[in-house]
Amino acid sequence: MKVLLRNPRRALEVPGPVTVASLLAHLEISREAVLVIVDGTLVTGDSLLDDSASVEIRPVISGGCV
Amino acid sequence: MRCRVCRQPAVIEIRRHNAGFCHECFAKHCRDQVARTVESYSMLSGDDRVLVAVSGGKDSLALWDILLRLGYQADGLYIGLGIGDYSSESAGYARRFAASRSARLVEVDLPGDFGFDIPTGSRAAKRAPCSACGLSKRHLFNSEALKGGYQAIATGHNLDDEAAVLLGNVLRWDLAYLGRQQPVLAEGTGFVRKIKPLVRLAERETAAYCVLEGIDYIVEECPMSAGNRHLGYKELLNGVEETSPGTKTAFLFGFLDKVAPLVGQVAAAERESLHPCPICANPTVSGTCAFCKLAERASSKP
Repeated sequence: MKVLLRNPRRALEVPGPVTVASLLAHLEISREAVLVIVDGTLVTGDSLLDDSASVEIRPVISGGCV
Repeated sequence: MRCRVCRQPAVIEIRRHNAGFCHECFAKHCRDQVARTVESYSMLSGDDRVLVAVSGGKDSLALWDILLRLGYQADGLYIGLGIGDYSSESAGYARRFAASRSARLVEVDLPGDFGFDIPTGSRAAKRAPCSACGLSKRHLFNSEALKGGYQAIATGHNLDDEAAVLLGNVLRWDLAYLGRQQPVLAEGTGFVRKIKPLVRLAERETAAYCVLEGIDYIVEECPMSAGNRHLGYKELLNGVEETSPGTKTAFLFGFLDKVAPLVGQVAAAERESLHPCPICANPTVSGTCAFCKLAERASSKP
């Protein structure tokens, strides 16, 4: 599957099927720090992603001044 | 996973609530959380006009959307900070949102209106960019709200922002900052009321709200925030939250319930000692205010 990461923007190929939770664990990304978006909608950690999925892992942590 | 409310398939899991939500129930949950916060802290009355500080990011646009949906008279304030393409891009998100809701967006341009941008100002004043940016925005939020006759200025500070700031203040035992760390700061001489209606929502939730409600926001981070101390605090807290969901909420609201009333006296005493800046008339602790000093240094820099 194609996996899009942001900040910096980059793309990865990851073999499926795999659950969202496993994908994040594999990439060592905290579940608290991202949303996972497939075909424009959000998916939960137990969702199964197949090999043809196009997945965006979108960071949600914003910094700077508060 | 199923929605806790309606049992339809869930689109988001909120681990600290041990619950999943479908799109509609999640959007309602977010709005209910904001309505509850506004009410429980007496942030706004029905007649108040509120100015929402919008950056084009997820938190401020979610906040503006929710306040409008809750029926508040909410206008937006966008401040152009002169941070290259990032500023022009983020302004576009704020303007498009305002146009889509037929809402009023007030715009202030730091380089155009005050003669300096954040990169120049931070270098001239020898301040970190986020420090120069923060003090400029706080100053302009207040002065624009006063100028426009608004009763309150609302900012998109969320649970993660507030927990990270609290951690930083506790690590340094900064009692003055701790005393001011409240979801609402009452109006006073020279001050408009400041409110933070998103403090019960984590930033993952405000981002999810935007994605689900079709609110387009700037995903890229400000190029000047790299290495920011608060980002480190957020990562630290998320590490704890990962293994112990609910920790951030317990940390922040435990402070607000048990400690803030004790340290609030420090901030109250500090407010008593404020006087008007001789240049802009905004309240300040001594002499010329920090924003006017920054503007002066930035404009005198060759």
